[in-house]
Amino acid sequence: MQRYLAARVLALIPVLLGILVVVFLLIRLIPGDAIQLFLGTQVEMTPEQMAELRRFFGVDRPIWVQFADYLGRVLRGDFGVSLRTARPVLSDILQRLPLSFQLATLALVVAVVIAVPLGVLSAVTRNSAFDVVARIAGLLGLSIPNFWLGAMLILVFSRYLHVALGQYVPITQDALGTLQSLYLPALALGTAIAAILMRYVRSSLLEVLGQEYIRTARGKGLRGTAVMLRHALPNAMIPVVTVIGFQMGYLLGGTVVIEEIFALPGMGRLALQAIFQRDYPVVQGVVLVVALLFVLTNLVVDLLYAWIDPRIRYT
Amino acid sequence: MAAAPPAEAPRLRTWRWWARRFVGNRVAPIGLVIVVASIVVALLAPAIAPRDVRAMSPSDALSPPGRLYWFGTDEFGRDVFSRVLVGSRISLVVACLSVLTALAMGTTVGLTAGFYGGWWDAVSMRAMDVIFAFPAILLAIAIMAVLGTSLFNLVIAIGIVYTPQFARVARAAALTVRGLEFVDAARALGLSNARIIARHVIPNVLAPVTVQISLSLSLAILSESALSFLGLGTQPPTPSWGNMLSEGRQFLELAPWNAVFPGLAIMVVVLGFNLLGDGLRDLLDPRLQ
Repeated sequence: MQRYLAARVLALIPVLLGILVVVFLLIRLIPGDAIQLFLGTQVEMTPEQMAELRRFFGVDRPIWVQFADYLGRVLRGDFGVSLRTARPVLSDILQRLPLSFQLATLALVVAVVIAVPLGVLSAVTRNSAFDVVARIAGLLGLSIPNFWLGAMLILVFSRYLHVALGQYVPITQDALGTLQSLYLPALALGTAIAAILMRYVRSSLLEVLGQEYIRTARGKGLRGTAVMLRHALPNAMIPVVTVIGFQMGYLLGGTVVIEEIFALPGMGRLALQAIFQRDYPVVQGVVLVVALLFVLTNLVVDLLYAWIDPRIRYT
Repeated sequence: MAAAPPAEAPRLRTWRWWARRFVGNRVAPIGLVIVVASIVVALLAPAIAPRDVRAMSPSDALSPPGRLYWFGTDEFGRDVFSRVLVGSRISLVVACLSVLTALAMGTTVGLTAGFYGGWWDAVSMRAMDVIFAFPAILLAIAIMAVLGTSLFNLVIAIGIVYTPQFARVARAAALTVRGLEFVDAARALGLSNARIIARHVIPNVLAPVTVQISLSLSLAILSESALSFLGLGTQPPTPSWGNMLSEGRQFLELAPWNAVFPGLAIMVVVLGFNLLGDGLRDLLDPRLQ
């Protein structure tokens, strides 16, 4: 396991470096002069003042020097300062991060809670009416835009069911309040993932149910539920776990859109505001943090996978 | 994603055989009907839309769906039904062009990486891993934020985001074909690498890539609408389903039809591509049945 862990972590290094290069280059891609763009048309500056500003932001040096500088600063936890508020970008992000992470996690929980029972039922009743309906429902779930689903949930809950949508409360203050403010956004975000997971649960379980050890278990007289719970389900869940890791990217990215719909003060809204204010260091910071989170959750999932399925780490 | 089907199988089968299987699949034909219908609507939209999408009629603002306005009107009294019809054009054009971009870049990288191997394989696939390491919608948002909003940038942003999928599918297929005897035979006959790729590798990549095209189109439509919804995609007054939803959201309680119908339109078209892609996968990859 330790060797697997080391190999897996080492393999991350080029990807992490690549992420940093992309995030760094993102700002260099801006057509024209980023500083001029930020200042807008109202501010008149002499060429000398512009040169001074360029020197201040360090954009007058060769690009590889700038990158080395950027790399060094990021490694020390310095993500730069907001051009609007002059506050350190990282502390602003860390302040908003818990909400987005809780939202993504809750969405995943919602997805699993919907997907596993439906997927199992679908597999057990293969080719029945239920299976067909579940399959179509799955494709429908994949096709609904999450932000539209969010808007429709708001509409139905506030207009027709008269349920007040709570303001976000930090989990440290009131965990129940957090749940209350996040369950609808999580439902909107998790539906598509539920659809994907359901299909994986179904096909994985069907494959396992065709294995010989299942026949053996049945042959020695075990009852259907015991075969399912002890032998079939645990083995069928193994490949599903890796799919979950993959979907974290969708969930983390999706928070940007969902937070906007539900007016939640998370990391995604921070990024959107920053985009419209041309506050590029903040945009850069959020993109970097989300990509890092995605890579790390995938690492954790891979390790989990290797831990529950020993076949992985020995190949 | 799926690897290439057995290399010799498809060539032995006739078109009629495939057509019968396609119709027998039940899912794929429904998808195809929806996709073709939405393309026809998009092509004919200006002709079949009952009203001018920019014509405002303030006295009819926010009127509910009825005989005069099938899907109701927005806050300027514009006809939502006409705008949904015309909005399909932007969605489909952006989706098709961006998937075409992803297809061109991804399969080129994937085919050459899988076929030649070596350092090019290592470098290009790591680059694809890096793009994959960003959540798709976030990367598209970031690219749009940096490049600015225009139709061209929208196509580029969505195209880049979906490139790695094509690269992986094409590479996997190229790898399986590379080791087969008929490629060795072709090489022994003195065919150039370019000819071998064109004549022997590409036909074997077609099946998985076709499935990927259909599924990517559905994702691209969703991405375009999400970006336009956030104000980073298609800009008003050009109607697109995403920006209609964004405008309609302000009157969600007062005039829900403004948000309901564009979303339904997205859902139906995306469902069409998903049904088609899903059905095609069943058809082309027997192992998944």
